[in-house]
Amino acid sequence: MSQILLQQIITMGAALMLLISFALLAQKRMLSLLHWFALQGIVLAAVTALVAYTSDNTELYVSAAITLVLKGMLLPWVLWKIIRQMHVHREVEPLVNIPVTMLIAAALVVFSYQVTLPIEHLSHLITRNTIAVAMANVLLGMLMMITRKKAITQVIGFLAIENSLFFAGVGATYGMPLVAELGVAFDVLIASVVFGLFFYQIRDTFESLDLNKMENK
Amino acid sequence: MNWFTFLLGAPLVAALWLAFDAHPYRSAWVNKIAAALTFVASLGLAVQVLESGRIMVWDDWFFIDAFNVFLVALTAFVATTTAIFSGPYMRHELEIGKIDSGRLRLYHAMSQLFVFGMFLGQTSNNLGIVWLSLEIATLATVLLVSLYRTPGSIAAAWKYLIICGVGISLALFGTAMLYFASSDVLGHGDAALTWTLLYASADKLDPTVMSLAFVFLMVGYGTKVGLAPMHTWLPDAHAEGPTPVSAVLSGLLLNLALYSLVRCKMLVDVSTGTHFAGNLMMGFGLLSLLVAGFSLHKQHDIKRMFSFSSIEHMALMTFTFGIGTPVANFAAMLHMTTHSLVKSAIFFTVGHAAQAMGTQVMSNIRGLINHQPGIGWGLLIGTCAIAGFPPFGVFTSEFLIFSAALQSYPWTVIVLLLGLLIAVAGLFRFVPDMTYGEVPEYAKQVHANMLPVYIHFALALLLGISIPGFLAGWYHQAAALIAGGGV
Repeated sequence: MSQILLQQIITMGAALMLLISFALLAQKRMLSLLHWFALQGIVLAAVTALVAYTSDNTELYVSAAITLVLKGMLLPWVLWKIIRQMHVHREVEPLVNIPVTMLIAAALVVFSYQVTLPIEHLSHLITRNTIAVAMANVLLGMLMMITRKKAITQVIGFLAIENSLFFAGVGATYGMPLVAELGVAFDVLIASVVFGLFFYQIRDTFESLDLNKMENK
Repeated sequence: MNWFTFLLGAPLVAALWLAFDAHPYRSAWVNKIAAALTFVASLGLAVQVLESGRIMVWDDWFFIDAFNVFLVALTAFVATTTAIFSGPYMRHELEIGKIDSGRLRLYHAMSQLFVFGMFLGQTSNNLGIVWLSLEIATLATVLLVSLYRTPGSIAAAWKYLIICGVGISLALFGTAMLYFASSDVLGHGDAALTWTLLYASADKLDPTVMSLAFVFLMVGYGTKVGLAPMHTWLPDAHAEGPTPVSAVLSGLLLNLALYSLVRCKMLVDVSTGTHFAGNLMMGFGLLSLLVAGFSLHKQHDIKRMFSFSSIEHMALMTFTFGIGTPVANFAAMLHMTTHSLVKSAIFFTVGHAAQAMGTQVMSNIRGLINHQPGIGWGLLIGTCAIAGFPPFGVFTSEFLIFSAALQSYPWTVIVLLLGLLIAVAGLFRFVPDMTYGEVPEYAKQVHANMLPVYIHFALALLLGISIPGFLAGWYHQAAALIAGGGV
């Protein structure tokens, strides 16, 4: 019973994560981008908690709580504060137009399934889809980083990649050991602080968060 | 056990202390003493390991064997000489107003934190912590690269942060896949990420999953090693950061990334029973060697030029570890040692040269030997040493690399030879112009601290003329360990 339930939860989580990754790529406005990013964190936390419940893994509750607070609330809120405080232009400004981006994204998903095909056949755990989706999410996060102009959107792409990695850990292996999970969470926190510091340094030095200006220094 | 506490404790305590101590002389001394303590501790550990084999510390969370103790000692040594060098160098930067006392605190604290991250990664028995320590070392050096707050340094640090951030995420994905394979065998929990337990049951791990995991680990850690085509962060980070940072980036950080990769390779080799991981490393190595060789010719900035030479040598080591025979491993470790020694010494010299001429642009650096012979000869000797001229140690290790390659994959020698020749030609295209000739009028005398440089050269020379017996035994032990899959 619980095995079937677990399978369904993880599959649904995978579907939602993939959907949100596409939604992140499709956004035109900063605020809605941050909403979707926060939603991704919340979905991740919910899936983690449900997996913790069905697989009786108490360590995972800790991870779920950290994820909810850090990725679902704190980081989106801080990013929004920064955008408001630094008067960043509210539009996303993609370098490649959105329909083309979506097509590339779809191709990346197919590619991920192709690459991970040999693994799924021999999995003992319930990992149908999860590894493929996690890899697709990582690639979509990278796509977002390279097709957006602003430093902030790059960081959101980076954090979305971290989210997908976390999902890979939870979905494919029911969570990495607590030490690793805590380490990663700590790292995301510190990295965000460093990112924040850099936003201010970049703005003060280049008078904009537009990365094109940085390249043509 | 006690030595180990010192090794991890000294940099951590020093980092905390230095974060609050802005006194230019005292903080430089604390920096030096902490580094020297770790060096003493690393020697203590080395003696223990050579006498009694692998040591497990703190409930098996950390372990020290012949392979990592060699790196720990090398790291501690270069960290110590860098601390000696950075005292007067950073004081000069403080005097000319490139940094203020707050930045000096940041510099010292982050240097020590970086050293702590290095030791943590090298001695940790847990793959998760190895990953984390690379990230700590990266974040610490990102802040160091942007220390001058110039537009160039901020752009370089941002590039470094983003590219290595993504690279290291891929390594985490690889680690998660590895855990996916190992938790089937070793059960759910910390055991499945513990090197020593993984090595013991490597043959039971699923080969398909391990191969895929290694692809991600290769790209992820390879980014940090500076392999092409993920190398683009490296020249910028080296050129824009303060000189001591360029020295430790080239001399130490790249080694840690390569070390992690080799550890993973040892595991994947046993699991797959094929030479897949080694082939991948050899491929990346050869590609990077050529890319670095050609790129070297196009540089204008002296630090960028030498950072491409770092890519070249890291590529050579990656290739050699990829061959995987005991001879190759021996050669690669020797090369790691000699490269770290010579390259950090070159960066020290380059730092002084740039201070004396007030620029890093190579066409404006002229007549160093006439201006300040210590710096000029240092640069010339260093360039000869890194180019692999006898009797320096780089020659010995490159000779061994060629022998190992000839033994196992003869055709690769052509590519190796081509890559090395192109790179050497690049070095000698620029360096003689900088060392000889008339002194330009804008040159000014700087207080050069060449002692660490000549110590490094002397050691490289010693390694080239005759490797001391105990050191050779040490390398043999480590090389056999790597070739034997860690058991």
